[in-house]
Amino acid sequence: MRVPFAAGLTADQFVAAFKYVETQRLVAEPVPGISAEPDEQNARYFGIKIDGPHESPFEGGVFRLELFLPEDYPMAPPKVRFLTKIYHPNIDRLGRICLDILKDKWSPALQIRTVLLSVQALLSAPNPDDPLANDVAEQWKTNEPAAIATARQWTRQYATGK
Amino acid sequence: MPKDIISTQIQAIEDVNNIFQIPPSTARILLQFFGWDKERLVERYYDGDQDRLFEEAHIINPHKLPRQDSNTEHKEMTCEICYVDYPRKDMTGLPCNHRFCRHCWVSYLQSKIMDEGTGEKITCPAHQCPIVADEVTISHLLQGHPEIQARYEFFVAKAFVQGNKLVKWCPAPGCENAVRVNTVEARPVKCKCGHAWCFGCQQPTHEPVHCPTLKAWLKKCADDSETANWISANTKECPRCKTTIEKNGGCNHITCRSLNCKYEFCWSCLGAWEPHGASWYNCSRFDEKDSMQARDQHSRSRVSLERYLHYYNRYHNHEQSQKFEQQLFAKVDKKMEEFQQRGMSWIEVQFLKKAVEVLCLCRQTLKYTYVFGFYLRKNNQAVIFEDNQKDLEMAVETLSQYLEQDMDSATGSASSSSSSSSSSSSSSSSSAATTAQATSNPTVLADIKQRVLDKSQYCESRRKVLLDHVQDGYEQGVWEFDAAGN
Ligand SMILES: [Zn+2]
Ligand SMILES: [Zn+2]
Ligand SMILES: [Zn+2]
Ligand SMILES: [Zn+2]
Ligand SMILES: [Zn+2]
Ligand SMILES: [Zn+2]
Repeated sequence: MRVPFAAGLTADQFVAAFKYVETQRLVAEPVPGISAEPDEQNARYFGIKIDGPHESPFEGGVFRLELFLPEDYPMAPPKVRFLTKIYHPNIDRLGRICLDILKDKWSPALQIRTVLLSVQALLSAPNPDDPLANDVAEQWKTNEPAAIATARQWTRQYATGK
Repeated sequence: MPKDIISTQIQAIEDVNNIFQIPPSTARILLQFFGWDKERLVERYYDGDQDRLFEEAHIINPHKLPRQDSNTEHKEMTCEICYVDYPRKDMTGLPCNHRFCRHCWVSYLQSKIMDEGTGEKITCPAHQCPIVADEVTISHLLQGHPEIQARYEFFVAKAFVQGNKLVKWCPAPGCENAVRVNTVEARPVKCKCGHAWCFGCQQPTHEPVHCPTLKAWLKKCADDSETANWISANTKECPRCKTTIEKNGGCNHITCRSLNCKYEFCWSCLGAWEPHGASWYNCSRFDEKDSMQARDQHSRSRVSLERYLHYYNRYHNHEQSQKFEQQLFAKVDKKMEEFQQRGMSWIEVQFLKKAVEVLCLCRQTLKYTYVFGFYLRKNNQAVIFEDNQKDLEMAVETLSQYLEQDMDSATGSASSSSSSSSSSSSSSSSSAATTAQATSNPTVLADIKQRVLDKSQYCESRRKVLLDHVQDGYEQGVWEFDAAGN
């Protein structure tokens, strides 16, 4: 992909400008099961929809998320948060996600689509040993079938239909 | 960053470089990983699993680098951060071969260095790549960004000092130097700024006392001193119940504050108040039996405080004198000029400065002998130590007296002395009045010089005797210390 060189930009503006192209590509060529919609007011803000993965308690649900690119993106990670209520040991009541690449394992070479795919993968493989929502993780560890049933129930209740 | 620190690093890197035949940038990362302990690195390098060593240090084994194919260098590749295509040769990568464009690198380094405040542990920007960025690559990328470069160098130097047991920052306020030693031990070092300090505890040089003892002393002083001084001056204990009583106003008739006691006694003689009868506000019973007994008891209970104060006051006294050192140096500077105007050469007048240096050094030592003495249990060697201390104390007093006072009268003050000086009272007249008349006489100047030299040499020798004696005692294990200082 070629972008004409924009004169007078600092190194980070330059990088950010080009990195932005990637988010446009995400909008234009969505990954199966993931879609991104740029906000009309704010070019750094995106509405995301992720389909619950097959054979997971979240199957059949469509989960809405928000994604925000901070000023220092891509050197700092994007901010991603679930808007749809979800019963998951690594996602808390406010929709915040416990995922290493969104924190200290962030690399500027990661793409938004990789990040969203990782979030989707987290739905397939909850990790109760590194919990963000302690009560959920507790149930996931002590009574997994019950936890999965609750997750299904929440998916039906909050993540299907309009 | 201090130059000698940089050269120390470079020396260590070169040494490792010569032994292993690896690039300096790799050597630096390895050294940092081993806390700049060259020996340990060499040991590990030769008798361990080298691949694992490199892996743990987050570098690629420089002996196993993939060969660069010069044909592909002109081919374009995409920067994985900004997705712009560049010729391969214009991209920068670490030995892991993840390459990124210069813009992205600079932006990445800026964020790591300026925002996150890291320097020595910046890894490759690629996802999950642990390879540490070396200094050469970073410095090269930061050309044209002096602000980031300076910050980076600061972090690298800081990491060097923190990671290196053989280097410590000079503790003098405002001094940015670090001092390097060859072996880790608590011993006096001197910074280029002139500050002499202990490499073990970073306190000012504190011979003959050892670091842990000094630490205990400083803590005791911090805990006790304010109150101890005041208590000693302003309070006494009730002879009956030992409650501490503060004297309030001039009256010697004291009634114990304790509600259970209410003992009435005389502040002056510590005897019961009753027999004082009508001699209001006045004590004439100081030598009577019951009051002597009371004072005895009182003093026993006070003895440990008094003892502490004895040592503390002497320690503190030398500490106070040290504060006037700068003034004394300035004064002696003037004297030296004066002597030069009177015909002595620059080199000949240096003895004065040297004498002040000796004086300061001896005071410093004396100060810490009181810490040593405070914790020292009495034995025969302790008596000898105290004699040595007394001798040094007297020698220092004489030298100090000579430099701070007698010198003025001997040479005349700078303003009054210059004019008439034809009379030739020749040799060593100790009378200040006579010498004042004769200061431009070369033999008189020489005489003054000789006396200062003699005195400072005597001080130096007494200091050495004391320190050697203490050192021998340490080595032969004759010193016994009492943690409580009793
Ligand atoms: Zn780039
Ligand atoms: Zn890499
Ligand atoms: Zn210094
Ligand atoms: Zn020390
Ligand atoms: Zn009392
Ligand atoms: Zn009395």
